[in-house]
Amino acid sequence: MRYLTDRKRAQGMGSGRQGTHHHWQMIVTSTLLVVLVPLFVITFGLGLGGTYEEVLAYFGRPIPALITGLSLTVGIIHLLSEVQAAIEDYVHGVAGKLTYIAAAAFAYTLIAAALYALVKLAL
Amino acid sequence: MVQFTLPKNSRIRTGKTWPKPEGVTRLGTFQIYRWSPDDGENPSVDTYFIDLDKCGPMVLDALIKIKNEIDPTLTFRRSCREGICGSCAMNIDGINTLACIYGLDEIKGDVVKIYPLPHMPVVKDLIPDLTHFYAQHASIMPWLETKTNRPAKEWKQSIDDRKKLDGLYECVMCASCSTSCPSYWWNGDRYLGPAALLHAYRWIIDSRDEATGERLDELEDSFKLYRCHTIMNCTRTCPKGLNPAKAIAEIKKMMVERVV
Repeated sequence: MRYLTDRKRAQGMGSGRQGTHHHWQMIVTSTLLVVLVPLFVITFGLGLGGTYEEVLAYFGRPIPALITGLSLTVGIIHLLSEVQAAIEDYVHGVAGKLTYIAAAAFAYTLIAAALYALVKLAL
Repeated sequence: MVQFTLPKNSRIRTGKTWPKPEGVTRLGTFQIYRWSPDDGENPSVDTYFIDLDKCGPMVLDALIKIKNEIDPTLTFRRSCREGICGSCAMNIDGINTLACIYGLDEIKGDVVKIYPLPHMPVVKDLIPDLTHFYAQHASIMPWLETKTNRPAKEWKQSIDDRKKLDGLYECVMCASCSTSCPSYWWNGDRYLGPAALLHAYRWIIDSRDEATGERLDELEDSFKLYRCHTIMNCTRTCPKGLNPAKAIAEIKKMMVERVV
């Protein structure tokens, strides 16, 4: 049992002076995704159903490759930000920090794998 | 980690059913949460019956009738009986609201279910412990902060600037909004909640206040402010018809405006 005043308990360690960057990043990435997701659906859809060589040739073109790369990168970064908010909401303390590190490692690995696959297709 | 189930000592059991009054044409049934810190028992839901023809129109009238005529141990806060003091906030029919301005005719089912404000420690029966809620309100400095020397007569404010306070100053701090907010349920120790943030915005937007930057500095925190995910339960439940979600969104807009 700790003898803290109500006011001290409410104020805790004060303001972390951060949060706006995360909020602004969410606005930026979600705005980008409004444009990118329809373009990704169209370009990815056009690439489907072809033979192996046709798909290789399709993703060798700059527009489909760039749209796919951007969509995956921005989408996964946006997803990681959402996951961070969810973890902060529901998992507290050391468990929360470790969960976020694991989520970030997974997200960055996913981006790297996606870009590597795309480069292999394109080149 | 967030708890999704009630701890053992909070699980609600069926309580006492009080006798029905005789010769009644319009019978009202009330299921009311009961818990006393003195008996060591789990909370229960007691059932009461009253004659609605001999009762006032509001839920608070019914509670007062039950306390006066059936069970004097039933405990709840009340004072003004006209939606000004915010004392009688409770969860009625699944909605956080003020018992004094919630009409019995607004109840959807046959049974009026009354619980204390959710996710708060209970002092007794329908009385939540609002200590932390009030301390959070105090932490946002709910007063005019000035640095300029006090003017001889008054701090002047234009009509347009005064209008900006409409929809903010009317908050009666009943805690209906904060206790309806899932973010406040999970992180109420650090997240200020819609009521405190609405009050914070009331002072940030006040043209006479000279501590805008300091106020925004204090709020710039992943938990104090940014736990709000625009769920908007606060706006939906506010018994005074205010819009705390909009006030929080305005604070976020100001935060972005000063850094981007």
